[in-house]
Amino acid sequence: MATTDRGFTTAAFYKFLDEHKLMGSRCRSCGRLYLPPRPLCPECHSEEMEWAEMSGRGRLLAFTAVYVAPTAMLAAGYGRENPYCVGLVRLEEGPAISAQILGLDPKRPEEIEIGIPLRVAFLERGEGEARRIYLAFQPA
Amino acid sequence: MKSRAKAKTKARRGLGRGVALVGAGMSKFGSFPEKAGRDLFFEAFQELRASVDKGLDPEAIEALYLGNYSSDLFEGQGHTAPIIADWLGLTPRSATRIEDACASSGVALRQGVIAIASGLYDVVLVGGVEKMTALPTERVTDVLATGGDALFEIPAGFTFPGFYAAMATAYIHRYGAPLEALMRVGIKNHEHGALNEKAQFNLTIRQIMENKLAKAKAQGRPLPSWADELEFLRDDSANPVIAWPLRLFDCSPISDGAAALLLVAEERAKEFTDEPVYIIGSGQASDGALHSRSELTSIRAAKLAAQEAYAMAGVGPQEIKLAEVHDCFTIAEIIATEDLGFFPPGEGWKAAMEGLTSLRGPKPINPSGGLKAKGHPVGASGAAQVVELWKQLRGQAGPRQVRGEPDLGLAHNVGGTGQTCVVHIFRRG
Repeated sequence: MATTDRGFTTAAFYKFLDEHKLMGSRCRSCGRLYLPPRPLCPECHSEEMEWAEMSGRGRLLAFTAVYVAPTAMLAAGYGRENPYCVGLVRLEEGPAISAQILGLDPKRPEEIEIGIPLRVAFLERGEGEARRIYLAFQPA
Repeated sequence: MKSRAKAKTKARRGLGRGVALVGAGMSKFGSFPEKAGRDLFFEAFQELRASVDKGLDPEAIEALYLGNYSSDLFEGQGHTAPIIADWLGLTPRSATRIEDACASSGVALRQGVIAIASGLYDVVLVGGVEKMTALPTERVTDVLATGGDALFEIPAGFTFPGFYAAMATAYIHRYGAPLEALMRVGIKNHEHGALNEKAQFNLTIRQIMENKLAKAKAQGRPLPSWADELEFLRDDSANPVIAWPLRLFDCSPISDGAAALLLVAEERAKEFTDEPVYIIGSGQASDGALHSRSELTSIRAAKLAAQEAYAMAGVGPQEIKLAEVHDCFTIAEIIATEDLGFFPPGEGWKAAMEGLTSLRGPKPINPSGGLKAKGHPVGASGAAQVVELWKQLRGQAGPRQVRGEPDLGLAHNVGGTGQTCVVHIFRRG
């Protein structure tokens, strides 16, 4: 299916991630950019949207190192002995998104600095049928 | 980034008619393997019934609005409102469950207020219940995380403590707050909880520390060398990290509990009591996922809900004598005291450090012990906040009574990371 034919759905967003593309949507009416992509512009309520590929470059807005993990992350091998970082990343194009942050030391969280430059990473996680690409970032 | 809020903040609005609180009760909060949700709610209702000065004939109740987050996942029981109504002998009256995550019963209260103000009912039972402890911690973590965005936040690996931990890093980065400020909130709320027999932890952190020392001594284990609560709270083994920088004692516990409130039309209040508490302000707002917000160091929905409630009540933050705020995590209380206008942005942590928010300080916050020490059965917390205000405004809070006969109290109840916030203001009758 051609890029432009895809609806602005969550499934389409994750399909793009499989293709190692970080895609948002832009409102053709007011020009605002959304990540995750939306089918309706919450600012001007226009439904005229278009896909917009993001550079994948951004900065760390806020983060945590998770020591008590949910079951999906426990299954992926994380937990108290193997904590992970997750954070909010502001893309250079403007929108911000939640993602796992790789390449930082979750056991030394006090050394992690807000504002550090990051670049997108496409992380394979899960087993068997559940295996898929997740959005992540790492230090640029 | 989002300017919609301005357009939607309407001029002052009022209720169609006045609404009074004439009874309130709560179960003990804690971990009760032998009690189901309905048993907990019955316990709250029993205390409510006893609290109605001139007595309550349950026949007078016309409708039930029940806050409950996830009995489906916690207890394997959906459709909870009619079950509770039946348990209390209230069928065939309308029974409605309200789900707005941890703000469920604050929103149920608002729905009860709206129902009475509209003229539809005169006497309404409002409450909340949650039975959380039947699941193991990792499953509770999963259930709580569903209060976030299951498609974009949870796959990133966010947990509920994780969301507030991220807000804490943003707050600390912006305002330079030390971690001690978070610890001070926990110490203060445990001190309040120690005075509340309904609290899950009616122990101060110092008492908990001393109990651990005594236990180590009795078992002949090497004694830890904590000089005070702060050293105890900084010790990874005593106070493990949950989601950095939040540790165990920064997080509200997993709890079972229920709370119930009796609302009546103002003109009928005197049938129930000569000392009603009036609900003079109500506000509610919504928001998107954390990553969609322009600011992480405040909760927009809380600020908007507070504005609406203050405007309706015709009072400002400085006139509020005490508040029960949604301290699901210690950072949340600091942010709440700023969002409600008690302290300027970036100053809430200083107020916590200086003791301004303690029971004997100028602005007592969470005299009940808050979610932190009293416990946080999520769907019951909003209503339980109001149980505390009912007692405080009527001078019935015993050892934790706020001094000076407080006349105005506020309840601030947040769902999720602030996708829902509801604020109510109460005046002593």
